[in-house]
Amino acid sequence: MIDLYLSLPIWVQAAIKGLIAIGFLIPVAGACSLAERKVSAWIQGRPGPNRARAWGLGYIPILGPILQRLGVFHLMADGAKFVFKEDVVPGHVNKFYYYLAPLVALVPSLCTVVVVPFGAYFDAASETLKPLILADVDVGILAVFAIGSLSVYALILAGWASNSKYPFLGGVRASAQLISYELSMTLSVIPVFLWVNAPGPEATLSLFAVVESQSQAGLFGGMWFVFLMPMCAFIFLVSLFAETNRQPFDMPESEADLVGGFHTEYGEFKWSIFFVAEYAHMTIGSAVFVLLFLGGWNPLPWVPLEPLIAGLPVWLGGLLGAAFFLGKTFFFIFLFMWVRWTLPRFRYDQVMRLGWQKLLPLAIANVIFYALAIAVIERS
Amino acid sequence: MADILFYIFAAMTIGSAVAVVINPNAVNSALAFLVGLLGVSGLFVLLDSFLLAVLMILVYAGAVVALFLFIIMLLDMQGGERKPFSRPTAVAGFIGAALLAVCATSLLQGIGALETAEAGSAIGVGANLKHYADQLFTTYLLPVQVVGFLLLIAMLGVIVLSKKFEGLEDIK
Repeated sequence: MIDLYLSLPIWVQAAIKGLIAIGFLIPVAGACSLAERKVSAWIQGRPGPNRARAWGLGYIPILGPILQRLGVFHLMADGAKFVFKEDVVPGHVNKFYYYLAPLVALVPSLCTVVVVPFGAYFDAASETLKPLILADVDVGILAVFAIGSLSVYALILAGWASNSKYPFLGGVRASAQLISYELSMTLSVIPVFLWVNAPGPEATLSLFAVVESQSQAGLFGGMWFVFLMPMCAFIFLVSLFAETNRQPFDMPESEADLVGGFHTEYGEFKWSIFFVAEYAHMTIGSAVFVLLFLGGWNPLPWVPLEPLIAGLPVWLGGLLGAAFFLGKTFFFIFLFMWVRWTLPRFRYDQVMRLGWQKLLPLAIANVIFYALAIAVIERS
Repeated sequence: MADILFYIFAAMTIGSAVAVVINPNAVNSALAFLVGLLGVSGLFVLLDSFLLAVLMILVYAGAVVALFLFIIMLLDMQGGERKPFSRPTAVAGFIGAALLAVCATSLLQGIGALETAEAGSAIGVGANLKHYADQLFTTYLLPVQVVGFLLLIAMLGVIVLSKKFEGLEDIK
């Protein structure tokens, strides 16, 4: 099996790996939409979706009712509905860009997974921890930001191609918001990489190196960056909410004043592609937050993964690392939903004022403070 | 493999560059420009300059073209009527043409003047982050500052040209 895989041409191997990653990400995005409904129901004190029942599965003794109670069949029903609904295209849209926009939404959010490590395994030959990653490039975090920044075109194009007022306003708001918060987001990770990269000829922006630097020995070595740099983590998290268009920053959508925002004119499968893209974006964003500030696949602060899995078989160790990492990521996805049902939405001018007048100066001051602090620590 | 990719990316870059110029619709032009930038960054990847490729997408494709599109859509440009030439426009046009002539002649004179180096001996400035930053803050510090200043002037120019100063006596 493994020999057969290794004998394939390199691009076939890459395609298989990529398809596996996408095949994982899309069901997670689907499960997120169910989780969103269940979490919102739980927070509001109601049972949530629990009625749908599949003809075969629902009558299995014990398991069937549990699945029904969890609303799993609603997910399947939703998925089937989106695929089989009639494909209505409003007459006044710009057809080419109207069809292009959902694709532009989905492709960048699935591409970012290439450079995000999602676990680590112990390589017995070199006695070191190796990342589970599709492409271990040196520019790691910059590649995530670069590809992620392309997703703004989906919202602009959808808003513009719909050729009607509310989607247009949604698209314009989206582009302004995403560009504004990208600045704070990029600035907030600078201290992390200043700390990770010791003075010397080599420097890296890879996310694996960030996790490695959070799994060293000693008080500062094993400390997760969320404790070492709480302000960076806070700015990053706020910007992440804005970048993924989640409440309280969901200006492009804002049902209350823009009907449905940029996707008002979209229906059925094209609409669901937007949502898969949003959840995929959210998953990757949470994963990057966990890697940068929460120690990646290390189970606890000051408890690195490497000694735990050194004696175990490779597949079990890798699975454990990935499990710790995904557990933290899923907690952050839950946090996204928790915030959504807790905080009210900002008004648009408040979003802009927060971004430019509060968050950006704070991020700049934060970079200066940590640059000075790290310089002082390095000197002594 | 790399050769085929090079031809694909090169065709993508040139094709979309032509499309930017000849397309009558401003939105189409901006998106063709975006495709061209993606092609250029693909070419950078083939040159092993991952950092430059990523910066190309992050800065130009991710932010600059998004702003272009934002402005095109906000102003809803249809290519309105052109105003007759005023004197400052004529002077600016003359200076621009003169600069172009100077550039063209120096380019023509300079053909073959530079030594051709082996591809392997070239220093990959854009390949390594540290090397790139080092060059940026030592050798190329002045050019970077000058270009930054030029951008600042352009920005001020846009404000002066587009903002209406009537009724704002204190600014005058």
